[in-house]
Amino acid sequence: MNITPTTRMPSPTTSSPSTEPVVRVSGLRKTYGDKVAVADVSFEVRPGEILGILGQNGAGKTTTVEAVAGLRTADAGTVSVLGIDPQHDPAPVREVLGVQLQESRLPGKLRVAEALRLYASFYADPREPEDLITLLGLQEKRDTAYDDLSGGQKQRLSIALALVGNPQIAILDELTTGLDPQARRETWDLIEAVRDSGVTILLVTHFMDEAERLCDRVIVIDDGRVLAQGTPAELARAGRHGVTFRMQLPQPLDAALLADLPSVTSMREIGRDLEVSGGPTVLPDVIIALHSRGIVPDEVQTISPSLEDAFVALVGHPSEEDPS
Amino acid sequence: MTAATLSPPRSRTGTRGLSALIAAEAKLFLRDPGNLFFVVFFPTVLLIGMGYAIPGMREPITDLPEPWLGLRAVDLFAPLMLCVAAATGGLTTVAAYLAGYRETGVLRRMATTPMRPQGVLSAQILVQLAGVAVGGALSLLVASLVFGTPMPQNPLLALVVFLLAVAAMFSIGVLIGGLAPKGATASGIGMLIYFPMLFVAGLWTPGPLMPDAVEKVATFTPLGAASQAMNDAWFGLGMPWLQLAVMAVWAVVVFVIATRTFRWEV
Repeated sequence: MNITPTTRMPSPTTSSPSTEPVVRVSGLRKTYGDKVAVADVSFEVRPGEILGILGQNGAGKTTTVEAVAGLRTADAGTVSVLGIDPQHDPAPVREVLGVQLQESRLPGKLRVAEALRLYASFYADPREPEDLITLLGLQEKRDTAYDDLSGGQKQRLSIALALVGNPQIAILDELTTGLDPQARRETWDLIEAVRDSGVTILLVTHFMDEAERLCDRVIVIDDGRVLAQGTPAELARAGRHGVTFRMQLPQPLDAALLADLPSVTSMREIGRDLEVSGGPTVLPDVIIALHSRGIVPDEVQTISPSLEDAFVALVGHPSEEDPS
Repeated sequence: MTAATLSPPRSRTGTRGLSALIAAEAKLFLRDPGNLFFVVFFPTVLLIGMGYAIPGMREPITDLPEPWLGLRAVDLFAPLMLCVAAATGGLTTVAAYLAGYRETGVLRRMATTPMRPQGVLSAQILVQLAGVAVGGALSLLVASLVFGTPMPQNPLLALVVFLLAVAAMFSIGVLIGGLAPKGATASGIGMLIYFPMLFVAGLWTPGPLMPDAVEKVATFTPLGAASQAMNDAWFGLGMPWLQLAVMAVWAVVVFVIATRTFRWEV
């Protein structure tokens, strides 16, 4: 399957600070009866970036992007999309914002090319449906009815429909849920290709690997509030203090040698490896201590902090757990 | 990134692509065998079935006064089939489509585009209306060609009755579709109303064969009134003012309730 265009450009540099945000959300609040879906959410999306909105199911992610899309009226706060308030003036926003929502099916007997041509007809300046069919690798399926598509193909069509209006901003909500690993990876390549074609993307997800792979920046929402924001690497680093590395030693070692080092906080054996955690200087301290005994590790591997770990630390439970 | 890119011609927003949407809904209608059978062919199939399967349907009537003396029982069913066509479209397919489109997120997805979800409903209803019109016309054509059934003596009145019957039935369909949480639920509720409607319309006791007591009640039901008024138009029995008023009131009142209670979201 040839989804990734061969002329993939490197990602544009993540927004210079002088660029105006294309989406601004400030103090957003939305309740349904007694239930507070979004308590207080503020963030900005810069042109050309992929911003991830992370959170567990029910954290308020979808309600937030629905308010951005003008599908929900907020109880409080302001939303601005390219300078327009979608709450009060949704019509012009719909022209420039493409939305892929969870659980939005198409009529079962509508065919791929028909759906794209139909949706293209709603917009003033649509993309060529045939180009999208090619971009999304749906050529073989162009005359296939929606009900006969696989999960991954439905998602690709859904993304194509979100892009057919030639939007400047696309909201993609949980688009890899229910896909197999192969289809997920293909979808990720596709999202990068879309961003590289100049579309700013708001990606709603509860998969940390997806956010880590795709997003330039992420915000973490829990219980309707923003807990943290930054690049995935920044968040991951913030979630872990100090450094962890694993090494393989040519011979058994007196554990006290390393445990006595002030910068070492913990050690454990994992198979033939020894995993050591500690303060910022733990790696050179350990290597020097080993060197003084004439020991040279066969292999040393620093363990990068993961976004998953940071998320668990922030939210207090694993991301894939479904509280509902 | 300037605000200038955000000024589409406002007057076109919401209607752009409506003709494409109607064409797409028409294609989808034709691809659904259930639609084709029930909306387009069912009244005709029912008429042929009645005409050939039930003994004596094609014998001249001898025990009824004018204007029915000399007609055959099957002739009484021709006007009734127009009412059946209206009820089938409104109560079975319209309700199920609307609720199904909400249930599966078709309306929600549409709401994210410049096209409004109301556009999908309008397109769908327009297509169903065309289906009902074709279904009704087909049953008349077959009645005339196969059974030699006379055509209405007052065709204009017949047309008005047909339109009012369709309006009343479609309003009920929109009401059900707007409230039922799922397509299947809407379909079930529609069926629950459909069969009593066919009963009061006289499917089992057509025209003059309906007992007086039932007929008095039926006058105040939308399809009972339609059937009685259609008979009057067919056999030249005068102006059915009461029945026309009953249908109009049903159509308007139910439609107003339907538009106020329609749930756009799951």
